[in-house]
Amino acid sequence: MKRILIAALLIAGAAEAQIKVGVYGPFSGGSAGMGVSMRNGATLAADEINKAGGVLGKQLVIVARDDEARNEKGAQIMQELLDNENVVAVLGPINTGVADASSRYCEEKKIPLIINASAGAKVNELFAQYPDNYVFRIAAGDLLQTEQIVREAVDVRKLKKVALLCDDTNYGQNGRAKMEKALEKRSIKPVYIGKFKIKDTDMTAQLQEAKAAGAEALLLYGIGPELAAVANSTNRIGWKVDMIGAWTLSMSAFIGNAGKNGDGATMPQTFIESGATAGKQQTFVHDYEKKFNEKPISVAVAAAQGYDSMYLLKLAIEQAGSTEGPKVKEALESLKKPYDGITGHYAPPFSKTDHEAVKDANVMMGVVKDGKVVPPAKKAAPAAEAKPAAEADTKAGADTKASGDTGAADAGTPAPSEKKPSKKKK
Amino acid sequence: MQTLQLLLSGLAQGMIYALLAFGYNITFATSKTLNFALGNFLMMGGVLGFVLYGTHHLPFAATLAAVVAVGLVGGIVLQKVAIDPSLKTKSSYNWILATLAVGIILRNAAEVFWSTDDFKLASPLGDDPVRIAGVGVYPQELLIIGVSLAIVIGVETFKRRTIFGKAILAVSEDKDTASLMGINQKRVISFSFMLSTAIACISGLLVAPVTFVSATMGTVIAVKAYAVSIIGGLESGAGVLLGGIVIGLAESLTARYLSTGYKDIPGFVLLIVILLVRPNGIFGRRSVQKV
Repeated sequence: MKRILIAALLIAGAAEAQIKVGVYGPFSGGSAGMGVSMRNGATLAADEINKAGGVLGKQLVIVARDDEARNEKGAQIMQELLDNENVVAVLGPINTGVADASSRYCEEKKIPLIINASAGAKVNELFAQYPDNYVFRIAAGDLLQTEQIVREAVDVRKLKKVALLCDDTNYGQNGRAKMEKALEKRSIKPVYIGKFKIKDTDMTAQLQEAKAAGAEALLLYGIGPELAAVANSTNRIGWKVDMIGAWTLSMSAFIGNAGKNGDGATMPQTFIESGATAGKQQTFVHDYEKKFNEKPISVAVAAAQGYDSMYLLKLAIEQAGSTEGPKVKEALESLKKPYDGITGHYAPPFSKTDHEAVKDANVMMGVVKDGKVVPPAKKAAPAAEAKPAAEADTKAGADTKASGDTGAADAGTPAPSEKKPSKKKK
Repeated sequence: MQTLQLLLSGLAQGMIYALLAFGYNITFATSKTLNFALGNFLMMGGVLGFVLYGTHHLPFAATLAAVVAVGLVGGIVLQKVAIDPSLKTKSSYNWILATLAVGIILRNAAEVFWSTDDFKLASPLGDDPVRIAGVGVYPQELLIIGVSLAIVIGVETFKRRTIFGKAILAVSEDKDTASLMGINQKRVISFSFMLSTAIACISGLLVAPVTFVSATMGTVIAVKAYAVSIIGGLESGAGVLLGGIVIGLAESLTARYLSTGYKDIPGFVLLIVILLVRPNGIFGRRSVQKV
């Protein structure tokens, strides 16, 4: 009875005892898989936080809005969140165009935005225009991903003849430009550059051309369904070729739709569900699957980043002791408590001049195998599992991430990523 | 051999457009309206096929029957809610918005009640390409080409050979005279809507294994099919087949030999040229609109 009374009081007093957090992303349309997973991840984190007593004694309330992956809609939503809903911070979005169209409102209103999926959105680039930058990111940015894709193909697998195949959105074309730059650094020119449109399902023409040009590897930048179409079309023209591409190769829309044709596809990952066999990551996967009745997680990377972004925000608000934008932003830039998240160990995630939480060492190359993304690890050292030895050296961040995945099967055929300097070797 | 592969891809893709375009034509012939929800009926066929055959593993025949049934019922519902009211009020273009609205409702319903993701429907004929003279052919593609041809030829024959078919022709020729001759034109129009949505649903089931099943799978196909329907002539059966093949081949050949970025351009350039030169399509008859 007493409890009910308290609950009633809590609800009554909820209006003041709330911290509103905006979450936006595409919850309908083609990118919805990513948006929904991200929102679910953030929701899971908020529920946990609330159960543990909230932040500064207040409950977190998510104000979620569907931007339909449309740039103008994203801008409208951002204004609504900031002006009508008076959120203390915003998490999201998925699409590069949406992020770029809406982030300036956060700068103007001095409300932090933690981008938790969009790889192409401007983050550190915004310092030039807004020295007092309110945009942060916890996701592997394009620069990072393209460098790793190229490194995997050229440095690790020694494939010098590569073809670029990217979708024709902002996202795909930014990725293409950055991959070309990364190749240029190694004085390599792609033998073929092709593109495709969202919803294309037959890539025969592009692949024929790439094959005719003698490509040994396909470097891909797009989202799940079209990437699956690429994989299926390679089978159709009977071409066995290495596929390396953006993190989106881990979307279930790729893995499920490409089936066995997707085996061996390799992509940078901040989180690998099948590798989450221990500790916090395992709990996360278990709770997520239970709460949202979804197994495997549709887009595990987006879910994990959504979850982590909420926790980073919580830590920042607690450190600031306030929900005022400028104070939260400052706390984000100087987080004292290390955060051991699902996607990595962040100590600290951000600084005054660097708003990218995910660094090279946070990312590992995942490989598609039998309908799952598996870590590339070959080691079977359960000892490394329990404690992430984060600060051992700069590369060790990769081990932090990999720590949960040691139990999983080895990646098999694809060359092991050089980012696996497991403690043995050192 | 490479070119052969492209021709085949283009042909299969073109047949999908042709089949949906044929759906536009059937209702245009009888009611002079276009059902812009057709692409989303295609999506419904695909989604239903995926749910029944892919998820619940019903026999393919049962799935097909269910898809056709939903198409038939959907057609009559669409006609009652979107077409009839606007024809009654004599406001000539309300049906454009009304059918578009039905389409959006269908798509959103699929997103809410089903899923927002993309899925692959396993083909009942197997998903591995068969190699014929070095060309990878999906059995499903042959099925698409075969079924599309069969439906178009079947319906055209039905219109010419049977009494009810002739009634359809009569209504598309001249509604009022047909009524005077004792033809129940309302029934003919209803039938045409049911037929066209059923065909759209079947084409959804047909294309699902080679494209992906998603709530948005109908959007692009609907636009291309509309172009095909204009190019071929809004009242011609042979025209849509030709139009479909032209657009399908133009897409795949342009993608390979010009640039993948331009693959949609020849089709739409052709659309504009045809609208300028032969506004009624390659096979369309000249019509005079009396005011």
